[in-house]
Amino acid sequence: MVETTSHSFTGPHGPKPKKALSRRNIFLYGTLFVVTLYYALPLYIMIVTSLKGMPEIRLGNIFAPPLEVTFEPWVKAWSQACTGLTCDGLSTGFWNSVRITIPSVILSIIIASVNGYALANWKFKGANVFFTILIFGAFIPYQVMLYPIVIMLREIGLYGSLTGLVIVHTVFGMPILTLLFRNYFSSLPEELFKAARVDGAGFWGIYFRIMVPMSLPIFTVAVILQVTGIWNDFLFGVVYTGPDSYPMTVSLNNIVNSTQGVKEYNVNMAATIITGLVPLTIYFVSGKLFVRGIAAGAVKG
Amino acid sequence: MTNSVEIKKLDLHFGAVKVLQDLNLDIGKGEFLVLLGSSGCGKSTLLNCIAGLLDVSGGQIHINGTNVTWAEPSERGIGMVFQSYALYPQMTVEGNLSFGLKNAKLPKAEIESRVKRASEILQIEPLLKRKPAALSGGQRQRVAIGRALVRDVDVFLFDEPLSNLDAKLRADLRVEIKRLHHSLQNTMIYVTHDQIEAMTLADRIAIMRGGQIMQLGSPDEIYGRPVNKYVADFIGSPSMNFLDGRIQGGAFHVGDLSIPLDGYDFAGGSPVDADATIGIRPEHVVTGELVGNAAFQVDVEVSLIEPTGSDTLIDCTVAGNHFRVRMDGQSRVSLGEKLRIGINPSMASLFDAKSELRL
Ligand SMILES: Nc1ncnc2c1ncn2[C@@H]1O[C@H](COP(=O)(O)OP(=O)(O)O)[C@@H](O)[C@H]1O
Ligand SMILES: [Mg+2]
Repeated sequence: MVETTSHSFTGPHGPKPKKALSRRNIFLYGTLFVVTLYYALPLYIMIVTSLKGMPEIRLGNIFAPPLEVTFEPWVKAWSQACTGLTCDGLSTGFWNSVRITIPSVILSIIIASVNGYALANWKFKGANVFFTILIFGAFIPYQVMLYPIVIMLREIGLYGSLTGLVIVHTVFGMPILTLLFRNYFSSLPEELFKAARVDGAGFWGIYFRIMVPMSLPIFTVAVILQVTGIWNDFLFGVVYTGPDSYPMTVSLNNIVNSTQGVKEYNVNMAATIITGLVPLTIYFVSGKLFVRGIAAGAVKG
Repeated sequence: MTNSVEIKKLDLHFGAVKVLQDLNLDIGKGEFLVLLGSSGCGKSTLLNCIAGLLDVSGGQIHINGTNVTWAEPSERGIGMVFQSYALYPQMTVEGNLSFGLKNAKLPKAEIESRVKRASEILQIEPLLKRKPAALSGGQRQRVAIGRALVRDVDVFLFDEPLSNLDAKLRADLRVEIKRLHHSLQNTMIYVTHDQIEAMTLADRIAIMRGGQIMQLGSPDEIYGRPVNKYVADFIGSPSMNFLDGRIQGGAFHVGDLSIPLDGYDFAGGSPVDADATIGIRPEHVVTGELVGNAAFQVDVEVSLIEPTGSDTLIDCTVAGNHFRVRMDGQSRVSLGEKLRIGINPSMASLFDAKSELRL
């Protein structure tokens, strides 16, 4: 038998008490607070300003909340603000952006996911060369290709059209999206793919029945990356489309930078918030899936 | 008996790495063949070649008399069970079982009857509507076996199917696979690195090393007459004792001991004078009252005792070499005790010192 000495169970017991205000905590929360302020303050000023009338703005008190809340700047930004010659606000640009973003996102994700799947699972001849070239493409600065693409689009008769811009967005999304999908598919167990082959599923059968149903997180990541990237794009939009088909970012720029009349800060702020609303909504709706997908795609290089 | 699977001069390279080289193997109809070897020796690679999941670099594979070297996996008449179960996570058990049959465009009634039969055999009927995530490891592997079963094929391929399960479940499922083989009578090729699985399941075992088959034979042959020192060392637990010495005048000399070799079944003739290694399994060392009958006897001192319940393992020193003896679990020995042990040459193995091949 093991002998035990008897003693009283007084003194420390239970969970270890935590000090609420240790030096570490003060530092940690202090930093967090400063960083939060840094990001939140501009947003606050934008919202507040967009709800004020011009006389109130001229008072110059940019931190003060609106004395009298008005939604007029928002309405004006959406439907009346002048972009150069026309004065129909952001609405035209918004619908253009929708018509650019939706097909570009769908097209680029479909192609890239099939690319990634083929690269990860079907070790076809020349796969490595193909992949290297694709990744290399990701490192070439856009500006270098800007003008050659103008010529190419003109030759096939798509310069200045929405279709042309959709093609450009699809092509430029390809390297990073393919890499993303390839890494995700390589992180799935190889034996699943083998089992499906023994079960007689072919290239498309395995893609649609096995791979896609397991890939919601990575598709979410791809959608977020593409929606925000394409929605926020300015350069391609201004280069490859014409005034009728300018995306929202270009309209916004034209409103904010229009030199006629007085600067309507409230309208500018409202217009900017409206433009940013789409990516913002996407983030809030799918934030959790986004993080999970990013982590999953990063497992294997 | 006709052959079910024939492999001729099979080569497989990954770039410059030669994983399988000039491998020949014939497997009979209804045979249970186990591919046994340490990790990385090419067992899975060979199995994947048979399944058609890897393109061979050279040679041929025939299944049921048909050359399938370039055939698709689904056209080879094989079913495969994987170590990680590889169940399709988004499908129910029923969906997993019927996936291959739907791909083969079988009539609905046929699919249903096959799924029903397989789930009866494997006792997974209550699980049919569940997703794989809601199953235990043992249940998942049953479903994986069921997926091979519904295919109604002659050849089953298993790639370490039990190594992700805990010990108790592994033993249960092992028995079940053996029973399945008895009732189905189809050919099974089973990859494992677990020698207990190999010994208990196999009709024949192929010991693999470095992409080649070292020995192909029944479990008895592999255990009793290993063709070389590697196989002798690999099979058996605790592993064989080896003493380096010299054969001279019909006896094996090690240190100042001399073990007479009368009764040893030499593969070739008995060498007159040669450096050699003798291998003696711990369980073949004679102790207790039977020592008197042994051809060779020696006194040793017990330096370590490991009781395992059914047996007791003793460490000692013979002619300067570390030596292990397996005794009955009932025997009472104490540390430092002098013990007389006996060796019968007919139960030993002799290997050439240089080539390490069996003498
Ligand atoms: N895709 C591959 N590319 C290069 N080498 C590989 C590949 N797959 C397996 N190997 C190598 O082939 C050898 C045999 O692997 P494997 O057949 O999986 O061994 P095991 O006997 O453990 O199943 C290992 O050395 C492994 O590193
Ligand atoms: Mg393996």
